[in-house]
Amino acid sequence: MKRFALSVLVFVASGAYVVYQYMGGSFASAAIPAPTVVAVQTTQPVATTPATTVTTQPSTPTQTTTPTSTQTPTPTQVPTPTPTPVVTPTPAPVVKPKGLYTDGTYTGSTADAYYGTVQVQVVIQNGKIVTVNFLQYPSDRRTSQYINAQAMPQLKSEAIAAQSANVSGVSGASDTSAAFIQSLGDALTQAKNA
Amino acid sequence: MRATRIIMAMPVVVEIVGGTEADLNTVFDYFTAVDERFSVYKPHSEISKINRGELHLKDASKEMQEVFVLSEKTREESDGYFSITKPDGTIDPSGLVKGWAIQNAAQLIEHMGYHDYYVEVAGDIQTKGVDEVGQPWSIGIRNPFNRNEIVKVLYPKGKGVATSGTAIRGQHIYNPHDLAQTFDDVVSLTVVGPNIYEADRFATAAFAMGRGGVTFIEQLPAFDGYSIDSKGIATMTSGFEALTTL
Repeated sequence: MKRFALSVLVFVASGAYVVYQYMGGSFASAAIPAPTVVAVQTTQPVATTPATTVTTQPSTPTQTTTPTSTQTPTPTQVPTPTPTPVVTPTPAPVVKPKGLYTDGTYTGSTADAYYGTVQVQVVIQNGKIVTVNFLQYPSDRRTSQYINAQAMPQLKSEAIAAQSANVSGVSGASDTSAAFIQSLGDALTQAKNA
Repeated sequence: MRATRIIMAMPVVVEIVGGTEADLNTVFDYFTAVDERFSVYKPHSEISKINRGELHLKDASKEMQEVFVLSEKTREESDGYFSITKPDGTIDPSGLVKGWAIQNAAQLIEHMGYHDYYVEVAGDIQTKGVDEVGQPWSIGIRNPFNRNEIVKVLYPKGKGVATSGTAIRGQHIYNPHDLAQTFDDVVSLTVVGPNIYEADRFATAAFAMGRGGVTFIEQLPAFDGYSIDSKGIATMTSGFEALTTL
C-alpha cells in the first residue's frame, strides 16, 4: 500500500512537472492556484431534484513532501483486480432483436478505449442476449482510492441542468462506449454466423 | 468557412475565419496523412509495418519517432497508466495521436496566417480568436445522459477542451472487496488545458482516476475540469467558473 501510495505521488508530481515544463518553468514559485472557497450557490437554474453537494473538507490538502523520485517504484501489483462486472440485459441499442443469434458464448475483440482496453463476452440463449460480461475493462481504482483518501481541495458541485444556447461546438465523450460497441458488435457477428 | 469530414473514423470539423476551401482541404489532408501513417487498421500504414516487424523505429518517419517519444514520456508520467502497447504486444498510439494531430493542425493554420479558427476531432477542440461574426468561440459540454443536450457553456479563450467519458459506467462497477460499496462513478470529465494536446492527455489520465480525477486536475496549474457523475452531479475545479463567462 505504501509503495502504491508512493507511486501515485510520483505520478501526480510528475504530472505537475510536465505542466511545469510546458509552461517553460514560468510558475516556478507558488505553483498551485489556491482553491478559492466557494459559496454553495450555483449560478444556474438547478434542476429541482438532486441535492447540490459541496465537497468542502476544511482540512488543507496535506501538501505532500516532495517525492524524492528517481526510485520509480513500478507497481506491477494492481491492488484492485480488474473487476469483471456483469451487466444484466439492458444492452445498447446496437442489438437488433431478431432472434437470429445462435445460442452460445461469444467473446468480442479487444477494443481500444484510449486509457485501456475493453473486451466483452456475450451469452446468447434462445436467440437472445442474456448476459454481457466485461472480460477487460480499464482498471482505474488504485489511484482513485488513494486520492479519495486525501483531503479534497475546495471543489464546487452542482446538479447538471440542460442549457439552451447556441455554441460553436460540443465537447463530449464517446471513447469507451465506442470501444464497447465495437467489441460487442464483433461478438454478435460471431453469434450470427455461428 | 467550416467543413466536416470523416477521417480516422471520426468526425473532423475545421473552420477557418477568412479561409478558403483550399485552406480547409490542406488541413483535412493533414489529418488524412496522419491517419495513413498511424492507423492500425490500415495494413499499409507505417505503424502496421512497425507492428509486423517490417520497419524498425529508427528507420521510421520523424513523426512516428516523435509520437513514440511523447508516448513513452506520457507513460512514465502516468505511472504506466497510459500505454500504447496493447495486451497482445502490438503498438497502438491512437490515444495520443488525436490530441497531437489537432494541435499540429492548429499550428498549420497559424502558419497559413490565420488566427481565428476552430478545429475539432470527435469532441476534442482547439480554438483561437473569434468566429466569423467576431464572437468568441463557445463550447458546450455534452450531457452524458442525453447526447442532444448541453449542460454547460464555456469560452476556452484559446485553450484546448477535451472530454473523456463513457456511457457504460455507473452501476455496473463494484468493488470486489466490498460489494456493499457503490461508486457514484464519473461518467464524463471535461478538461480545459493550455492546448488540446495537453488537455487531451490529462483528460484521459484523469478520467481513469475516477472521482479523484477532478482533484488531480485542480492541482495542475493552468488546467481546469468539470466532471459529471452517474447521478448527474457535477464537480468543477475552482478556476472553472471563470471559463463560463466572457
